[in-house]
Amino acid sequence: MLARRIIPCLDCDLAVPQGRVVKGIEFKQIRYAGVPWELATRYYEEGADEIVFLDITASSERRETMKNVIRATAKNVFVPLAVGGGIRAVEDVRAVFQAGADKVTVNTAALKRPDLISEIAEEYGSQACVVAIDAKRRDGPKEGWISVPTPEGESWFEASFYGGREFSGVDAIAWAMKAERLGAGEILLTSMDRDGTYDGFDIPLTDAVSRRVRIPVIASGGCGNPDHIFEVFSKTGASAALAASIFHYEEWGVDEVKRYLTERGITVRI
Amino acid sequence: MTIAVVDYGVGNLFSIYNALERIEARPELITEPEELTRFEGVVVPGVGSFGRCMRRLSRFEAALREALEGGTPILGICVGMQVLFERSEESPEEGLGWIDGEVVRLPDSVLVPQMGWNTLSIKREVEILDGISDDDFFYFVHSYHCVPRDGRVVAATTDYGLEMAAAMAVDNLFAVQFHPEKSGEKGLSILKNFGRLARC
Repeated sequence: MLARRIIPCLDCDLAVPQGRVVKGIEFKQIRYAGVPWELATRYYEEGADEIVFLDITASSERRETMKNVIRATAKNVFVPLAVGGGIRAVEDVRAVFQAGADKVTVNTAALKRPDLISEIAEEYGSQACVVAIDAKRRDGPKEGWISVPTPEGESWFEASFYGGREFSGVDAIAWAMKAERLGAGEILLTSMDRDGTYDGFDIPLTDAVSRRVRIPVIASGGCGNPDHIFEVFSKTGASAALAASIFHYEEWGVDEVKRYLTERGITVRI
Repeated sequence: MTIAVVDYGVGNLFSIYNALERIEARPELITEPEELTRFEGVVVPGVGSFGRCMRRLSRFEAALREALEGGTPILGICVGMQVLFERSEESPEEGLGWIDGEVVRLPDSVLVPQMGWNTLSIKREVEILDGISDDDFFYFVHSYHCVPRDGRVVAATTDYGLEMAAAMAVDNLFAVQFHPEKSGEKGLSILKNFGRLARC
């Protein structure tokens, strides 16, 4: 049986030589967590199913630093490695793949030029192209936007870009569906409202997207404990859960989270 | 031992290269067919569509055939397993046809592609699966699966909507639908087993 995946996410600040892993709250208030390849190796040894690196600086002059981070990680980590932040063209994809990455996540550049998704899928296959969507919840309903029932009332979701600094005017849920049509292999769906809060995943959002696409959805944003992962797996069709803070600050090991889920009947790789 | 990784211009070979280095197999990426003769094992990777892989692999066909008949262990991975068959529903191009049978699309009852970790059901004791049990998970990414005419070539199956071939072993020809290079320590064990087969 196909297992649900647990994916630690490492937000990388590449302004220092080896890079460093940081974590914000609701995309702000940055806190330092460790050296990227060391943390990634620890998560691999604990049983992470995949590792995601996001370059939060996303500036082209730091591309070399990101390649060094990937190279150092790929020598020790034998699960899929996804890299995002500043991927604007197929050439950027080639550069991170040549360093040892297996997938890229695209966000801002794909919103601005959706054909980028098809170009990556054509060259490297859909499995290599993850579309990351940062979704901001808005009180609704609103004409022309997909309306989602939530405990707080009807809502709609707007996709954000530039690391949460700007809003795209695009319906996040409709964008997920379009990304699938263009050849995306997975959707990495982050709730901006929950990110870094430890309040749990946005269940209505995750459910709304996973019902509408036939590709895997990775739930992200808000994971504060293993029960939040249990909740998103039992209440939505999410194929994977992504978390950062609970792993970085050694509150939980990936292995401990997996044991917790196994005891509650969720199939994960042990 | 030295192992050739056939670099025929599809996808990303750095993961398989890194994994072979980790098990001390001294991998080399090979871009010319005539180089194949000097290796003790050959890995045929493959991503993307069956047709694209076959178009680019065809110039290696004779050299690979020669290696196979000379007894060199060959390991096909993912689409590198599928191209061993006669044909695929995915593309009009003919496959290598070393194994009788065809490649068909995953059933509609499941999300396609299968992307993620799944277990095996081991059908035969074969050296390539030494140390592997039915509880171990491997990383799969595929939209099509292999249907051999003679089920005896199958060494292990996996269950995704239906039971399908996950690993095959026929003399010195081996193939896996999953990615051993991305399947953690158990995946490395399979590559180590292949390395051992390549040495003797």
